[in-house]
Amino acid sequence: MKILVPVKRVIDYNVKVRVKSDGSGVETANVKMSMNPFDEIAVEEAIRLKEAGTAEEVVAISIGPDKAQETLRTALAMGADRAILVKTDEIVEPLSVAKILKAVVDEESPKLVVLGKQAIDDDANQTGQMLAALLGWGQGTFANEVKIEGEKAEITREVDGGLQTVSLDLPAIVTTDLRLNEPRYASLPNIMKAKKKPLDTKTPDDYGVDVAARLKVLKTEEPPERSAGEILENVDQLVDKLKNKEGVL
Amino acid sequence: MMSGVDSDVFEQLVETVGRFARERLIPEERRVEEEDAIPEDIIDEMKAMGLFGLSVPQEFGGIGLNVPQEARLIETLCYASLTFRSLIGTNVGIGAQGIVMDGTDEQRERWLPGIASGDIIASFALTEPDHGSDAGGIRTSALRDGSDFAINGTKRYITNAVRAGVFTVFARTDPEKTGADGVSAFIVPADTPGITVATPDRKMGQRGTKTSDVIFDDVRVPESAILGGPDRLHRGFRTAMKVLDRGRIHVGAMAVGQSQRMLDIATDYALERKQFGKPIGEHQLVQGLLADCQAELHAARALVRASAETFDREGKAIVEASCTKYFCTEAAGRIADRALQIHGGAGYMAEYDIERLYRDIRLLRIYEGTSQIQQLVIARRTLAQRAGRA
Repeated sequence: MKILVPVKRVIDYNVKVRVKSDGSGVETANVKMSMNPFDEIAVEEAIRLKEAGTAEEVVAISIGPDKAQETLRTALAMGADRAILVKTDEIVEPLSVAKILKAVVDEESPKLVVLGKQAIDDDANQTGQMLAALLGWGQGTFANEVKIEGEKAEITREVDGGLQTVSLDLPAIVTTDLRLNEPRYASLPNIMKAKKKPLDTKTPDDYGVDVAARLKVLKTEEPPERSAGEILENVDQLVDKLKNKEGVL
Repeated sequence: MMSGVDSDVFEQLVETVGRFARERLIPEERRVEEEDAIPEDIIDEMKAMGLFGLSVPQEFGGIGLNVPQEARLIETLCYASLTFRSLIGTNVGIGAQGIVMDGTDEQRERWLPGIASGDIIASFALTEPDHGSDAGGIRTSALRDGSDFAINGTKRYITNAVRAGVFTVFARTDPEKTGADGVSAFIVPADTPGITVATPDRKMGQRGTKTSDVIFDDVRVPESAILGGPDRLHRGFRTAMKVLDRGRIHVGAMAVGQSQRMLDIATDYALERKQFGKPIGEHQLVQGLLADCQAELHAARALVRASAETFDREGKAIVEASCTKYFCTEAAGRIADRALQIHGGAGYMAEYDIERLYRDIRLLRIYEGTSQIQQLVIARRTLAQRAGRA
């Protein structure tokens, strides 16, 4: 079985993000970038399935600028077998990503696509679901546990009330939640070997997908600064404040 | 000169080691301190990561970093406790470099793959109870007996001796000579009969590192155990000096990594701790302490880089390496002192990391050549250079 793992290059989770002065987006120049943490979990899960003998090949794919190669190299160093870069300097919205991925799936015919449930930059949480819809495949989102038995996948999902287990027919889509696994550190020798693994470069045009934005960002702003608290004399003052000033009672 | 690793790949190595240090090693520091040992699972992770083979050539299964790259990666690793570095330190540095630099092909093939993977721990046995800085005066003897040599003597403060798979042992093969000339280096498997490793020393800092006396009682080794082969009989001291030369740049890099850590925690403390109604970082005398740390740290890092590049280009850097070790470790001592001072009373408390780091880095000014020995090396070379010009 072949597994396709899409990975996204995003601002590193340790970086304190700044909004651009014109409000058009966030500052990405000279900012440290790395693999979306949910995608790291997806890569790890795919590699574990390979190590367990369930999968034979893990293919990593990224859609993004030339630099997204680094992200793919990280996936290769962790243990993916080969990589595909779909090169574009545009900001690609989830629907366009899903369309490109569908075209890649048609070409590669994997049995399983494992994606992060969302990317930490736009927090869209849409790509996996859209891809499932485009392909007409079953989906197990927010996976906390993945079990493959023959032609079925049993996915335990993290839902509001607890855990829910669903059974899917393969091929299927899985999106990963935080607690699915703890991704490994790529070893230094494997980082060096990763450079010799195959990495194909394509463009959205190769797949006939128009990535032009359908959405328009009106503005981006910093979260409001937390203002200082206030110490009140008595309960009456508190009730008055909540009722008349804050309007919460 | 070693070509090292491609720069794009190298940046990924640095990134990975930095993350490993922050996410895996630093959270374990207190446990290592309390248990005076590195947990086995961390040792396994360090092996799996390939850290033991940083400076072993790729053809023997190592990463094959050149000296500037080794320095930068060691600096990155040494953002975490020096104890973790000590575990890999002898395989990356003094325990293995003799074999890398001067070993025969057979010796390299026999030992380097295991050293690179960490399955064999390599230990460097030069220092003796009565001969530390005066290494040329060592008394451990290796006298010819038929085709073998019989090694007798005691070595002191030998890092990683308790886990060693192989020792590079320096011993006097020419009893007629008293100086460095009659010394040879031997590669001795740790399970050779007659070797006793004593109980590990109790130390001021770097808890979890293991140093011990190693006693050699009629340890018989064949002529092929001479590092570099029989031709290098009586010429072991040169190997020791070359190994220590490279090691001095490595120690400078360790000092830089620890200095960055100490400055960072002192800066965080200065931002948080309030006195006289504002963060202490806003008081100018505290700013003076921070600025002195930052300036010295920058100088130290630049010096490590420059010396490492010289070593790589010219194959040696005697004065540069000594200057680097001397300046960077002394600077680390001053940075530790200021970082602790910024903490005020809290800095004296064991619950703050700076208390432990302050003790840990004290050793940097002592091992692999004390600051005073570095001063001698630097001054003598400086004098000789001017005297020899004409």
